[in-house]
Amino acid sequence: MIKVKNLIKNFDKNIVLKNIQTTFRQGEVVAIIGPSGSGKSTLLRCLNLLEQPTSGTILVNDEEITASESDKMEIRKNIGMVFQHFHLFPHMTVLENVTYAPQKVKKVKKAEAESIAKQLIEKVGLSDKMDAYPNRLSGGQKQRVAIARALAMDPAVMLFDEPTSALDPEMVKEVLDVMKDLAQTGMTMIVVTHEMNFAKEVADRILFLDEGKLIEEGEPALFFNNPGTERAKQFLDKIL
Amino acid sequence: MNLDFSQIVPYIPFMLEGIWVTLKFVSVCIIAGFILGTLLALCKITNNPFFKWFANAYTSIFRGTPLILQLMIIYFAVPQLTGYDISPFLSAVLAFGLNSAAYVSEIIRAGILAVDKGQTEAAQALGVPYKLMMRNIILPQALKNILPALMNEFITLTKESAIVSVIGYLDLMRRAQIVGADTFHNFEPLLFAGVIYWVMVYVLTSAGKVVERRMRLSD
Ligand SMILES: Nc1ncnc2c1ncn2[C@@H]1O[C@H](COP(=O)(O)OP(=O)(O)OP(=O)(O)O)[C@@H](O)[C@H]1O
Ligand SMILES: [Mg+2]
Repeated sequence: MIKVKNLIKNFDKNIVLKNIQTTFRQGEVVAIIGPSGSGKSTLLRCLNLLEQPTSGTILVNDEEITASESDKMEIRKNIGMVFQHFHLFPHMTVLENVTYAPQKVKKVKKAEAESIAKQLIEKVGLSDKMDAYPNRLSGGQKQRVAIARALAMDPAVMLFDEPTSALDPEMVKEVLDVMKDLAQTGMTMIVVTHEMNFAKEVADRILFLDEGKLIEEGEPALFFNNPGTERAKQFLDKIL
Repeated sequence: MNLDFSQIVPYIPFMLEGIWVTLKFVSVCIIAGFILGTLLALCKITNNPFFKWFANAYTSIFRGTPLILQLMIIYFAVPQLTGYDISPFLSAVLAFGLNSAAYVSEIIRAGILAVDKGQTEAAQALGVPYKLMMRNIILPQALKNILPALMNEFITLTKESAIVSVIGYLDLMRRAQIVGADTFHNFEPLLFAGVIYWVMVYVLTSAGKVVERRMRLSD
């Protein structure tokens, strides 16, 4: 459903993504891993045009996405994103955070938006925090609200950029559990992560990025047990 | 030193009326300055070079010249140039509103830039259009942070409003001067006016604190 062809991204003279080619299929869970600075976040952010690709094409459901403002809006309605640092709206309650975009962007009626939001908030286990402001929540709770907020737009794809990296260790599990549940519902998920166990268990496919190049791509079992490149081997030795 | 407040008693209604004159004009200026200042701040943060240039030039001019000069140019020069006999009220509102907008725009600009960039990204990722994002997400957070600075600007405006007495606008200050000239007692009416200015600023400050406390609800 998302095809990436010859994707190149420069920041000034710094080439961050070098000719990335890959396809993300419907219902697939893909984990993107690689060393710090290898371009994982940038790749993810190109998919919903938070970063403008320097060249190359991205096709979503066979339609090329362009930089036009209206196109960007359409694409983003359909692609949810979860950030490392949550970025909840601090001046809105949990319920308002989750209902805001459906109401304002998709013009869903308030009552309907609230009933959908309440279901989602319940699904991430935070029914008792409905009217709390984000500053009253723990990191893990914030991230679960952020997931509910993205899901409220009913996206076809969910992007996660290191969703557990900013969390205290004891909160990582509660967020990963929500993501596992989500994977089970058949959601297409693209996850940048350092949680190798999650990648092993949940992902259908691993993308390994190094210095802006997609140097390895494969099933988790194969990738983790028998990486095909020296760079991937070194990386796995270091973190496992 | 012998103070004689009985002399100004007959003038008290005349001076009290000045409170409303000053309040009316100050509140119009605050509102005009705030709206215009917000627009200027938005111009400053766009990528459009013309809007940027305009807003910066505007700010530079209004902050770089004395307010009293701006007031006098508007009051005395406009009729000379256009033949339109501008009223003291309109001149005062224009001068103070335009001037305040320059200061307010700098405050708001700084406030917007201080909002975490992640907020913009989160809004963009949800497909929220720019206008809505500014109105519902960025500006409310910016305003909360800059409320003390804005209050300061409004207080300054209230006090500086006394300058309009130079164009004969019958505000509180001007009335105190008139009473002084009539009774040959300057100290009493000026002291009286001073107390009233202080009370006005005190009320404004307290109102600001209430608003601030309500906005801190989400902290
Ligand atoms: N907005 C930007 N402007 C300039 N350079 C950038 C920008 N964003 C990223 N970069 C650079 O692009 C390279 C890749 O960054 P990216 O954030 O995609 O890496 P990453 O793989 O996500 O790393 P990490 O694991 O540390 O998050 C880095 O060298 C970074 O300095
Ligand atoms: Mg990153």
